[in-house]
Amino acid sequence: MDRIPILKLGGTLIVTIQVDMHDRLALALEEDLTAMIARTGARGVLIEISALEIVDSFIGRMLVSIAAVSRVLDAETVLAGMRPAVAITLVELGLELTGIRTALNVERGMALLKARLAGDGAGYGSDRDGLED
Amino acid sequence: MGATVTVSKTETIPVRSGDDIVRVRQRVRALAIDIGLGLVDQTKIVTAASELARNTLDYGGGGEVRAESVQVGTRKGLRLTFEDQGPGIADIEQAMTDHYTSGKGLGLGLGGAKRLSNEFHIESTPGVGTRVMIARWK
Amino acid sequence: MRMDGAEVLKRTLTEDEAAILEAWYISLREGTSLQSGRIREAELQTQAKAVFGQLRDGLSSGGVDADAESYTPLRENLADISRSRAVQGFTPTDTANFVFSLKEPIFEALRRKSAADASALAAGVWAAGKVLDRLGLLTMEVFLASREEVIGRQGQEIAELSTPVVRLWDGILALPLIGTLDSARTGVVMENLLQAIVDEEAEIAIIDITGVPTVDTLVAQHLLKTVAAARLMGADCIVSGIRPQIAQTMVHLGVELNVISKATMADAFALALRRTGRKVVRQQAAEERC
Repeated sequence: MDRIPILKLGGTLIVTIQVDMHDRLALALEEDLTAMIARTGARGVLIEISALEIVDSFIGRMLVSIAAVSRVLDAETVLAGMRPAVAITLVELGLELTGIRTALNVERGMALLKARLAGDGAGYGSDRDGLED
Repeated sequence: MGATVTVSKTETIPVRSGDDIVRVRQRVRALAIDIGLGLVDQTKIVTAASELARNTLDYGGGGEVRAESVQVGTRKGLRLTFEDQGPGIADIEQAMTDHYTSGKGLGLGLGGAKRLSNEFHIESTPGVGTRVMIARWK
Repeated sequence: MRMDGAEVLKRTLTEDEAAILEAWYISLREGTSLQSGRIREAELQTQAKAVFGQLRDGLSSGGVDADAESYTPLRENLADISRSRAVQGFTPTDTANFVFSLKEPIFEALRRKSAADASALAAGVWAAGKVLDRLGLLTMEVFLASREEVIGRQGQEIAELSTPVVRLWDGILALPLIGTLDSARTGVVMENLLQAIVDEEAEIAIIDITGVPTVDTLVAQHLLKTVAAARLMGADCIVSGIRPQIAQTMVHLGVELNVISKATMADAFALALRRTGRKVVRQQAAEERC
């Protein structure tokens, strides 16, 4: 059975979902990620979904559950790159992805996680240089 | 003339396994593109189809989806009918409520699918089966 | 003996074709459609001749039922004509008259042919009336459907035109909403905004509703949904320009706009700058501090 590869970059695990996820694949990903967080002691999980054309309640539930389990293992989950159509549909569906931080793309997502690792709570802009004119 | 519905294309897709749910999504997406639905509408009907196909599989013990490209006057649309011969739903009103679930899901299936569609009909007889029809218009 | 109206009509159309067409041309020429200059006489006559021929063909095997198979070419031709009239801006009367103006020449011809036979005349007139009325209605149906299509397309265009998403700063977008919001328009607007967020990699979007006269429950819900969708994508929204009356109405309606809101676009922009780690300062003051 195929599995979605998980990359480790510093203290962060990175997953890019590029296929139409069937249920077994989603469940396998949840399992693999949990095991890998525990093994590597990662503090952040970045899930990149810009290629994902739909998120239904099953995949949504998987994402929420990954975030919840990660939090117990002291890792923060960031979901990056959700498409507008997917976001609109999720809101209509009534699915709130509670406990998951979001970012526009991988770069922003990594910045969020880095800010958290730096220990300042990943607040908006609190870690940036002042760019006064 | 009037409000007669003309069906220009019909496809029947079985729902027997998890892989079939993926196939339902792909076929519904292709039909939605075919009738010219916008990206957001495509995503909505595909997501609704995914929810309902999973219901058919998990609660109805499998069944099938009939997907039809339809037209009323100048309006084109996509109509999906999910049918199973499962245990049926005794209290439809309760089943439609968000976060009500008799299984392992989030309980957003029926209510969510309804919000994602322009039309929604459900019939169910305990012991006989369930039929859900949704439509999304261009 | 009962006369077959379709038979009488068909015979008249065949035997008297030239005279009927001539009379029809005259009546069409008098109609307003030519005078408005929207169509040339030659084109009108070509259309009329084609319709006439197809009508005779339809009659020969389909009787007086204009919905019959044998009338298909005629119905399609009339639908095409009607559609092009709708697009060219003809009035409904002009369009319907194209078919209805054929009545008089046919009645005249019937009278000439069957003046001596009252029952044949009556049957022929009845048959002509039945077929032409149905065809006239069909023309109108297609005309209206085409007009609706035109209106729908215009509505879509207006919705897209009237909602520019502007870039205020690197990573900060603004969507100044103007005019009444209905669900269809709000849908388009919100989709545009979310797409712009992706394209511009914007982390903050300001939705300014200063130019929106009323906010009802539905519009408020759309706003909330957009804010929620943007959040899922990793961007934050600020709503600005909620006028006092609107704020009151919303409270009375029980609509809770659970979002960050600012009184003016300027306040919202200042907040957006602060959140992205920037601030605006007076040049002099800044220099003094240096």
